[in-house]
Amino acid sequence: MSFSIEQILRGDLPRGGQSPPAAADPGLLPVSLRINGHDYHLQLESRVSLLDALREFIGLTGTKKGCNQGACGACTVLVDGERVNSCLTFAVMHEGQEITTIEGLGQPDNLHPLQAAFIEHDGFQCGYCTPGQICSALAMLKEVAQGDASLATSDLTKAEVDLTDEEIRERMSGNICRCGAYLGIVDSIRDVYEQQKGQ
Amino acid sequence: MKTKEVGRPLDRVDGCLKVTGQARYTAEIPVGQVAYGVLVRSTIAKGRIVAYDTKAAEQAPGVLAVITHENAPKRHPTKEFDPSDKEPSASPTTLLVLNTDEVSWHGQPVAVVVAETLDQAEHAAALVRVSYAEAEPARLSLVAEKPRAFVPEKVLNEKPEVKQGNAEEALAAAPFKIDYTYTTPPYSHNAIEAHNTLAYWEGEDQLIVYDSTQYIFGVRKMLSEMFALSEENVRVVSAFVGGAFGSKGRAWPHVGLTAMAAKVVGRPVKVDLPRKDMFYMVGPRTPSEQRVALGADAEGRLQAVIHTGTTASSTSNTFAEHFSFVTRHLYASANILIQQKLVRLDMVPNTFMRAPGEGIGTFALESAMDELAYALRLDPIELRLRNEPGKDPTMHVPFSSRHLKECFAQGAEKFGWNQRNPEPRSQREGPWLIGQGVASAFYPANKRSAEVKVHISIDDTVVLQSATHEMGTGTATVQAQNAADQLGLPVGKVRFEYGDSLLPKANGSFGSTTTITVGGAVELACEDLKRQLLRLAVKHPSSPLHEASYDDLEARDNGLFYKDHPTQGETYAAILAREGKDSLEAQASFPAFLKEKLEEMAYSFHSFGAQFCEVRVHEDTGEVLVSRWVGVYDCGTILNEKTARSQFLGSVTMGIGMALWEETKWDLRDGRIPNSSLSEYHVPVAVGLPRIEVHALSIPDPHTPLGAHGAGEIAVTGAAAAIANAVYHATGKRIRNLPITPDKLL
Repeated sequence: MSFSIEQILRGDLPRGGQSPPAAADPGLLPVSLRINGHDYHLQLESRVSLLDALREFIGLTGTKKGCNQGACGACTVLVDGERVNSCLTFAVMHEGQEITTIEGLGQPDNLHPLQAAFIEHDGFQCGYCTPGQICSALAMLKEVAQGDASLATSDLTKAEVDLTDEEIRERMSGNICRCGAYLGIVDSIRDVYEQQKGQ
Repeated sequence: MKTKEVGRPLDRVDGCLKVTGQARYTAEIPVGQVAYGVLVRSTIAKGRIVAYDTKAAEQAPGVLAVITHENAPKRHPTKEFDPSDKEPSASPTTLLVLNTDEVSWHGQPVAVVVAETLDQAEHAAALVRVSYAEAEPARLSLVAEKPRAFVPEKVLNEKPEVKQGNAEEALAAAPFKIDYTYTTPPYSHNAIEAHNTLAYWEGEDQLIVYDSTQYIFGVRKMLSEMFALSEENVRVVSAFVGGAFGSKGRAWPHVGLTAMAAKVVGRPVKVDLPRKDMFYMVGPRTPSEQRVALGADAEGRLQAVIHTGTTASSTSNTFAEHFSFVTRHLYASANILIQQKLVRLDMVPNTFMRAPGEGIGTFALESAMDELAYALRLDPIELRLRNEPGKDPTMHVPFSSRHLKECFAQGAEKFGWNQRNPEPRSQREGPWLIGQGVASAFYPANKRSAEVKVHISIDDTVVLQSATHEMGTGTATVQAQNAADQLGLPVGKVRFEYGDSLLPKANGSFGSTTTITVGGAVELACEDLKRQLLRLAVKHPSSPLHEASYDDLEARDNGLFYKDHPTQGETYAAILAREGKDSLEAQASFPAFLKEKLEEMAYSFHSFGAQFCEVRVHEDTGEVLVSRWVGVYDCGTILNEKTARSQFLGSVTMGIGMALWEETKWDLRDGRIPNSSLSEYHVPVAVGLPRIEVHALSIPDPHTPLGAHGAGEIAVTGAAAAIANAVYHATGKRIRNLPITPDKLL
């Protein structure tokens, strides 16, 4: 299938994803995943990672593959609201859970506040790690709200986290940005955190 | 009012697609019926393949093909990237892997397995057995190979040696001198998007390749040579690129192999290089060993400057990384000696990495300048200012624009440099020793060539087209701003189409050349368009422009208006409507005129900067933390404050990684890379970095389009030296071997 550069640059492409195998294969398992509020019924080998299920079988390519070993965070998605490296977990393990990917957060005409903040503060350059950064940041803000401590937390007796830059940096250090947009990322997260606190 | 988009911190035009996951990178293009390719790596560094056992792989479920050199279709040799070619190929090597039994580096692809699913291909690839006959011991150590080092014919397009006066004699006679050796290790680029290729054939001779590249036409050239196709029959698309940093300027072996595999299985094949393959099949930055010797008189004027050293290339490429270029242009001296040597190693071909040449060259030179400043008991900024050249010290032509002094002045003030006690080991907070360091930044401001087509419609929408690249550099955004100003339209009216070989030709996006090259072509194409529009208008007595000449006019308010009569003029829509036209287009090439080509020789084009940093070194553990950073850069007009700032921030970040953490380890016994993953090759992460502060002078260069220079590499240069200099100031220990890991400080 041929695409024009105009289509590609506008993001105006069909979803894609691999078609189900023609013949019944005994190695395949029926897997139902609930992603961004939609149910997807798949036939997958048990060894297929959640990341590959999203990208290669369902065609939700917003979730990125960076290292495929849990070191870079590009594949971060939310599973029942918790951040997970989707390359390190099998798709079959997530039946019955609520999976949220970047596609489930906001659309170009209706951005999630974190997405808008990343644009405003230029929290990315190439954009490849960005979906993972944003999903990670979203779960991180929830962790902060529930008072989870981090390695950078100085006072473990306090119920509330004092979200310093050091705290944000520590809590986001599982997401690599090789373009080095960390300052914009920290400022984006702080911005949304302040907005939420103000509400 | 004339609109002014250039300079504004406009949000990235592709921002919305990127933050919503809608931007499709190479591996995500839904071409349909895709089969997956996985490459098998050699496990020896040098020798021949004796036999394969592919039976188990062939019988594994889902496998479509197991391609080895025994059954691979023959491809044609390709020329290695040569910067003196008019249109160089993107091939990093002359070796045609899988069309030879020769193994010339550990990790070289020796087979390709294609299967229905990725997991099937990965599993089957693990079943391929290869036996080898190892040749003589592999040559893997730059140091051990030094007796066989040679002076290459050229270094990029320059001479490998420069001799002015007699530097060795002047050094011997100088009252103050230093003479040391500095080393840098191999580094891996590690863009987070891997090198990916997705290829398919239409008929026998139409090849379509989606490739994560920063050099579309170089890839097209290589593939057309490899498969004996006319260049027009190869389409290369590279729309969204997830970081490049130089390594995506070459088409590594998987690119040709993906196209070959697609031919073998008769359907689209995708190869998404695993991270480990990114270390083995994508060339790193060379290791280097550099001698810098500086001699000065009592006032600190340089009497002798010597910068010599050795880098490595592989047995199948010739790239000598130009570490010595900085010393040819940065400081004045009557006696300069520069020499580069090269050794050949049995390793993956080396390549360009962000700020090639100057990235490692400034580490040596700018560390040495700091050492000389201590020898002279002179402030290191003052030493640099005393050696500011009136003109380029080896080209003997004026600088097109050089404001290094202003960079130091602004930076020193913002950083508070004057409060610094120069004595090493003079500041402490508990176990932390604190120090401040400074270094010059330096990078060329070269131009390449580009063609741009501009198309205006009667509704004032403008489409710019050029096959340049957007790897996060901001090109798409700043060139839309540029065209908006050239045509006097709001930037929202401009759409930039790039990243496809079907578009007008542009050079590779590397060497910080894209901004001015494409910017110059946009300027010329827009001028041509405006002149065409004016020609349409002057024909008609009813047009307010009937008697106008081009120089009387300016573009604003979606049309052409008299400079001295703000209300008199005509909109583009009106001009087109009168002619009964819906649209008009123009195309231009940059550089277009002899004037630009002559200017290229009449001036030395470079960017400058001053890097200031503070480090904390833990006395017991040797851990180094960068606690403060101020960088001030002189790279012409800033076209977009927001995207340029990100380029500077990202460059400093990469410089910090280079200084403190990054090193691609080579096992010198067999060429294995023991830290070939992102958990063991440490790139900078959010934690451990300071709130980096960057500023640009934004003084226009009178001799470049828009007065601009590229901004993507200058801030890498000098960064490692500033850190090493700060570490010396903190601890009294001079580390001349990067990276500055704790063991070197204990």
